[in-house]
Amino acid sequence: MATSTYNLIASTIVGSGGASSIVFGSGGTIPNTYTDLLIKLSGRATSGSQVNPSMTFNGSSSSYSWIGLYGTGGGGGSNNNGSTSSILLGIMDGSGDTASTFGSMDIYIPNYNSSNYKSVSVEAVAEANTATSYSYFVSGLWSNASAITSITLNPGSGNFAQYSIASLYGIKNS
Amino acid sequence: MADVIEVNCETGITTTRPQTAEEIAAAEAAAAQAAADKAAADAAEKAKADAKAAAIAKLTALGLTADEVAALTA
Repeated sequence: MATSTYNLIASTIVGSGGASSIVFGSGGTIPNTYTDLLIKLSGRATSGSQVNPSMTFNGSSSSYSWIGLYGTGGGGGSNNNGSTSSILLGIMDGSGDTASTFGSMDIYIPNYNSSNYKSVSVEAVAEANTATSYSYFVSGLWSNASAITSITLNPGSGNFAQYSIASLYGIKNS
Repeated sequence: MADVIEVNCETGITTTRPQTAEEIAAAEAAAAQAAADKAAADAAEKAKADAKAAAIAKLTALGLTADEVAALTA
């Protein structure tokens, strides 16, 4: 039987009280047995519109940079931050957007155990059907040689709303 | 402020706890940074749109037709 190379490590769903952040690997418990990590997030914030969630590693708030490309349906553009405290996770719906809509994103983190700097790619969309909708691609970098042992997701505005779901997967190359 | 959800990936146990003062400060800083980044992107997009509108107005003033302007700016 073939070895599974795509495994669910952990998943969580936000309850009625919301969540100010979601931490995968509390206490540094993300296993080092995979090659890459993948997070799938279906999220909504309790405030704001078309909000910009963010991510940090190992509790660190330094040495991040990113470049974003986005489209609104009516136009597009780019932005970047060469030195910041977190990596942009693109776009997500907030309380000001269409009710019961959630942004969805894939966050890919290759070679998270390596001693090189950690690159990240993000694909995200915010599905506000009655207003401007965004799609977002982000290329991020954490300029740190440490293995990633915990990941914190922040909503960017308010809290993660009830029914937001985050799942962490481990990817093996064989 | 809502609690932090923590998932221990070794045990699979999910717990919630209040934010620490440091986490509150970090979250506020991250939100402020995100807002600033978005504002900068929005401003850049508006500046680009304004420049395009100004260019179209100047081309029109030079006598180009709407179709000719559209051909140049599409």
